[in-house]
Amino acid sequence: MATLVHRKTDWTGIVLAVVLTLVIVFPLIVVGTWAFTNVWRYPSVIPQEFGLRFWYQTLARADVWTSITTSLTLATTVTGISALICLPAAYAFARMDFPGRDILFFSFLAGHAFPKFGLLVAIAGIFLQLNLIGTFWGVVLIQLVGTLLFMIWIPVAAFQSVDRRMEEAARDVGAGPFRVFWSITLPQAGPTIAAAVLLSFVGTFYETEGAWLIGAPQVRTLPVLMISFINNQPVIQYGAVLSVLLWVPSFIALMFARRVVNSGSFARGFGG
Amino acid sequence: MSVLKIKDVSKIFANGTVRAVDNFSLDVADGELVCLLGPSGSGKSTLLRMVGGFERPTSGLMIINGEDITHVPPEKRPTGMVFQSHALWTHMNVFKNLAFGLKLRKVAPDEIKRRVEGVLDLVGLGGYGTRHVAQLSGGQQQRVALARSLVLEPKILLLDEPFASLDQHLRERLREEVRDIQQRLKITTLFVTHGQDEALSMADRIVVMRDGKTEQIDRPDIVYREPQTPFVAGFIGTMNLIEGTVSNGIFSKAGYSTPLPVSDGPAILAVRPEALDLTVANDNAQGKVHRVTDYGTHGLVDLELLDSTRVKAMVSHPDLFRAGQGVRLAPKAIAAYRDNAVIHRA
Repeated sequence: MATLVHRKTDWTGIVLAVVLTLVIVFPLIVVGTWAFTNVWRYPSVIPQEFGLRFWYQTLARADVWTSITTSLTLATTVTGISALICLPAAYAFARMDFPGRDILFFSFLAGHAFPKFGLLVAIAGIFLQLNLIGTFWGVVLIQLVGTLLFMIWIPVAAFQSVDRRMEEAARDVGAGPFRVFWSITLPQAGPTIAAAVLLSFVGTFYETEGAWLIGAPQVRTLPVLMISFINNQPVIQYGAVLSVLLWVPSFIALMFARRVVNSGSFARGFGG
Repeated sequence: MSVLKIKDVSKIFANGTVRAVDNFSLDVADGELVCLLGPSGSGKSTLLRMVGGFERPTSGLMIINGEDITHVPPEKRPTGMVFQSHALWTHMNVFKNLAFGLKLRKVAPDEIKRRVEGVLDLVGLGGYGTRHVAQLSGGQQQRVALARSLVLEPKILLLDEPFASLDQHLRERLREEVRDIQQRLKITTLFVTHGQDEALSMADRIVVMRDGKTEQIDRPDIVYREPQTPFVAGFIGTMNLIEGTVSNGIFSKAGYSTPLPVSDGPAILAVRPEALDLTVANDNAQGKVHRVTDYGTHGLVDLELLDSTRVKAMVSHPDLFRAGQGVRLAPKAIAAYRDNAVIHRA
């Protein structure tokens, strides 16, 4: 029997796919191409000469390697300290009742409710008096502020979504409060908390305004270095090479995220 | 000998106005299954959670095997609780769910394996140890939850509406299974439910609760046949409760009257539908048929007294009755209540 059913062409889907490709993938392809280009002059559609010349030039610079180390150390330190401060706080917000709880909870939004640069300049003024300008720990402090929102709000949602009955069942079979937290609450909230940690690591790694305002010129992170490259020498390839370099950590982070976090927990983290 | 003794226990919640449990006392004998039965908000779950240690009594004593456990935390009590939501740990497989409590008790690994497998067999889930909780059906999850408590051999098993989230068929089957297991292990059990069927079919004794207080504690058949308050009468099974007055030994209500040898005053007459005979009457009708429902094995006649008070009667030949017909009522067994107590039973 002849098949009378034709698969209908989904034009809306095709249009969406094309638009998404143009908006998301195209710029990435352009930057990726520039990074491996030696010569690319108007009006050629593809580069005249591919090559790794600018990679050698970029990676030969000592300041690039210093900034990579600085960026990784900073992001790890900030995320670590943020977890130490925020996770117990998140647990308290989720599970305990204390005066001013709601106001305190919403105050973490305040850092994101104003134009950030104004806030940073004000903090920089204070840091100047405390001799924190141009120091590693000064940058750590300023970047900590940026992570608070993620590291409080998402884990609070994670802890709140853990079924209290599960914890009670653990108490019932003989686990003390600490054991319950370790064996039940944390594993239940774990994937969502991992998402928050990941977001704050990546967020810190790419943070530029605070790092530049507080750290420059002594402490230079990779994104800050990239900005100065682009400002000082308008050679597109330098920026492109650094962009590709900057993709690496977030790419690794996302691969890790795919293993640890399933979409359900991510959604739960955002109260979904 | 009583294993569990609850003595004058009250629970007032933090805001100070809600008395969830009000001066409650109960003795549960070794191996007995006692059902706490009541509508939602009657305090039955709160009472069970106090026995489990998840709520602290505001006053009163809880004694298990002669030991005062009123202020002992849940992890140190010899009780095992099965929650309505199952509360299985979804990040562990079935075996780990059951082994967790045994590990905390430092039981040797091969002994853990032996006991876990033994209990899984008991609840009909042999070979399911490596399954993940999410792969199980609702009934299987409930069995795992029961096994998780049983594997620790608690002195008292606490069941908090364990079948509420299951469908009717499964509920009936699990109810029989749980009763079988309970009798085989002779484990003292406290069972919370708002379903009278569950209570009547499973319990050795039923505690009917209302507003945190005991209405009646008795064997299921006695609770059914001889309810001590109008509330119990109305809550267990179907009961016609007719409010009227007694004068000179005659109870009357809107054209209906029947002899009731008690002193004059208000009274509530209680008649089960199966204890009410109906006869068709064109003259001197005491009520009017409103609706007839044929259930195959029997029929149910909804009728109205002259003031529209609704009364139900069970009949063996529903085809004899039609809506609008006049009927006379002849109760075979009645009880009468006044001031929340029985004043007459015949």
